[in-house]
Amino acid sequence: MPISILMPALSPTMETGKLAGWNVKEGEHVAPGDVIAEIETDKATMEVEAVEEGRLARILIEAGTEGVAVNTPIALLLEEGEDESALEGFDTQAPAAPAKDKPAEEKPAEDKPAEVKPTEAAAPAPAPAKPAEEAGARLFASPLARRMAAQNEIDLAQLQGSGPGGRIVKADIEAAMRTGAPKAAPAAASAPAAAAPAPAPMDPNRITALYEPGSFTEVALDNMRATIARRLTEAKRDVPHYYLSVDCQIDTLLGARKRLNERLEDGRISVNDFIIRAAALALIRVPDANAAFAGDRLLKFKHADISMAVAIEGGLITPIIRKADTKSLAEIAAESKQLAEKAKTRKLQPQEYEGGSFSVSNLGMFGIKNFTAVINPPQAAIMAVGAGEKRAVVAADGSLSAATMMTVTLSCDHRVIDGALGARLLAEFKTFIEDPVMMLA
Amino acid sequence: MSDQKFDVAVIGAGPGGYVAAIRAAQLGLKTVVIERAHLGGICLNWGCIPTKALLRSAEVIHLARRGKDFGFTIKDLEVDLGKIVKRSRTVARRLSNGVAYLMKKNKVTVIDGEASLKAKGLIGVTKDGAALADVEADHIILATGARARTFPHLQPDGERIWTYKQALVPDEVPDELLVIGSGAIGIEFASFFNSLGSKVTVVEIMDRVLPVEDAEISGLARQAFEAQGMTILTGASVEALDSGADGVTARIKLADGAEQELRTDRVILAVGIVPNTDNLGLEELGVKTDRGHVVTDAHCRTNVDGLYAIGDITQPPWLAHKASHEAIICAETIAGQDPHPLDANKIAGCTYCTPQVASIGLTEEEARAEGHEIRVGRFPFQGNGKAIALGEPEGLVKTIFDAGTGELLGAHMIGAEVTELIQGYAVAMTGELTEAELMHTVFPHPTLSEMMHESVLDAYGRVIHI
Repeated sequence: MPISILMPALSPTMETGKLAGWNVKEGEHVAPGDVIAEIETDKATMEVEAVEEGRLARILIEAGTEGVAVNTPIALLLEEGEDESALEGFDTQAPAAPAKDKPAEEKPAEDKPAEVKPTEAAAPAPAPAKPAEEAGARLFASPLARRMAAQNEIDLAQLQGSGPGGRIVKADIEAAMRTGAPKAAPAAASAPAAAAPAPAPMDPNRITALYEPGSFTEVALDNMRATIARRLTEAKRDVPHYYLSVDCQIDTLLGARKRLNERLEDGRISVNDFIIRAAALALIRVPDANAAFAGDRLLKFKHADISMAVAIEGGLITPIIRKADTKSLAEIAAESKQLAEKAKTRKLQPQEYEGGSFSVSNLGMFGIKNFTAVINPPQAAIMAVGAGEKRAVVAADGSLSAATMMTVTLSCDHRVIDGALGARLLAEFKTFIEDPVMMLA
Repeated sequence: MSDQKFDVAVIGAGPGGYVAAIRAAQLGLKTVVIERAHLGGICLNWGCIPTKALLRSAEVIHLARRGKDFGFTIKDLEVDLGKIVKRSRTVARRLSNGVAYLMKKNKVTVIDGEASLKAKGLIGVTKDGAALADVEADHIILATGARARTFPHLQPDGERIWTYKQALVPDEVPDELLVIGSGAIGIEFASFFNSLGSKVTVVEIMDRVLPVEDAEISGLARQAFEAQGMTILTGASVEALDSGADGVTARIKLADGAEQELRTDRVILAVGIVPNTDNLGLEELGVKTDRGHVVTDAHCRTNVDGLYAIGDITQPPWLAHKASHEAIICAETIAGQDPHPLDANKIAGCTYCTPQVASIGLTEEEARAEGHEIRVGRFPFQGNGKAIALGEPEGLVKTIFDAGTGELLGAHMIGAEVTELIQGYAVAMTGELTEAELMHTVFPHPTLSEMMHESVLDAYGRVIHI
């Protein structure tokens, strides 16, 4: 039987991708490790390597096809000794999962010891990228239970289901009615569990109709654009943002940077490298702010993994300087340079841009004085960095002087970082930036 | 056979026992099943399956006789009872062999012998009265089933007075037949022999046939049976049977107190079942019983540690599918899982008479008695295109909802193929769907199942096709 080559998931959150190109033709032999195709996701282009040896008998998904779902068969491989006849009647839609995964799947789930706690089953952890769903976590209840809860103003979210997989069933509602149920807020009662649907975006055709035909060209969303649109809409809609700004005097920093760059043999340290290190150290000093929102819990990180926003052709991506708190400025400089290069050529691996505990977005090089950034969930904060510029500064004694000032604005997720906590984080950051020798401590 | 030690020993290989053995084996438990007669038990060998084979023959004969309704005639239709019975036995044997295969496939040890409990965790097995083996097991499942009930004045003789067992292998079609009891078993045999040409009289002590069914359905069934030529005597009881050389004389006490003598060729006793608990050693172990049936909890545990019971030996309903489901619950409980208990109210009952009857949940009467304010939906077969095309325009689909919550409390059907339809409502009840989901379900056209939809719509005044 031919072996199906399946669309790989290049990252845990990947749902679809573009099959950018085939590196082998039908009929060619492949060996394990050979690069057979290139897959483009919203974030990167990746190479698909052959796992099995054989002859690429049939390409099922043409190069350039977009939106190929993960685990779709993309090609069929024939093993040694098999000929084309083996392909006959082979359903190309066939296995949705790699063959080797099958035995595990065939085993009925119920065979596993029923140790899953009902609460866990009732609210499966959604993909980390979607805190929105966590906020209105899906609640499993029978239609009858939902109706009875609504009629009796019982808050389903407060109940533990006794049905299969923790589903809330009639018996649970009856038990709640007997024992004095947690009452739903009157407003919630009318809409049991079902979160209000998001307002539908405007019909594209109605939008184009607003403009004179021929006055524009249409550009289909590529994966990256579609992902940015979706993720950031979710973030701005579902994350309660608030903003804190502070001005930092960076003359000392600029002086230190100049001296360092004069002495370093290779590579240069940018202002942004200082910012990354300062942010990382500030997060370690204010560990409560070094956290992510995970629905029913917070994740507090032990290190500061700083995502740096990199503008690339057609969008942006945020590669991560891992454990930036443990790295020297020179190490950060070298790593950020390398990651930016890979980002621009779309060669980043998923593990190089997924995760991260905090983001830095710097538009200083474009002369932007200050701006606010949209949080990159599930992270809890993003720092928007403006340009360093000479400004008139009023000293404590009232005297005027010129100083190089840089405004940074922190966008915080209020579910994780309250105002005072955000202010403490920003104050620590300012301390490091204004007196960079502290970064050596 | 040498003495052996098992994790699980199942006594009885009917639809409860053999399923329990398979499930236990699937869960990695070393399992033995001890059966004294046939793998598959009564169900496969002397119950559900062979009767369905007989009734299928009756149905085909019935259709053939109706040929002109469908545009053909069969001249000289000959019915060969011997071949009908032979087919039924072949079907039963094939399925029993299937169970043997399943036992082998699942590596379940099968012991052919009669079991009795010697002590906790110890079973003695005998064959033809001689000791065969001792079987040790941490968990023992009693699945010994039940047999036909008899009374001192209603004793089968195997010649003219039958139980289901002789009725399944008749040597001739009796000219006249008396069926005592109009539950599922009695009515199915009445229907079968009626189709083959017997003049059938049914005596039922309750005030209606199929007494567990909804009264309205029961009434329609009676009308249909009488239209087919059966004599139905309800509220009546057989006081005495006198078997003579040329037949049996039954003394029947009628509903009005009058007595009637009825001469008949054969009698079928179908007056209930008694659990097979004799000689099992239950009393010695102190196993709690209620009117002969073993008392169990929601996970099929008896009051004796390590001893379980499933199927007809326990509480009603006494149905094969209830036994099989308890088997799963029991095996999973033994394996340390926490299966969901059986809800006896959500078990469908099917009777394969002509017309078929199928039901689940509360009858209208029961629903009212439980204090529900109800909505009742009815949809007749004559409003359904498929039923008309099939030439089966008689029947009814009745649904009962709680008016307040929209809970489907019960469903009751009579007519062609309803035994195949009832599971739809079983799924709905198990999933706790309300009328809203049922109304929102798209039923395929043209099917009999559309009546299930229409009945729900009717309960809410929204029926389309009547």
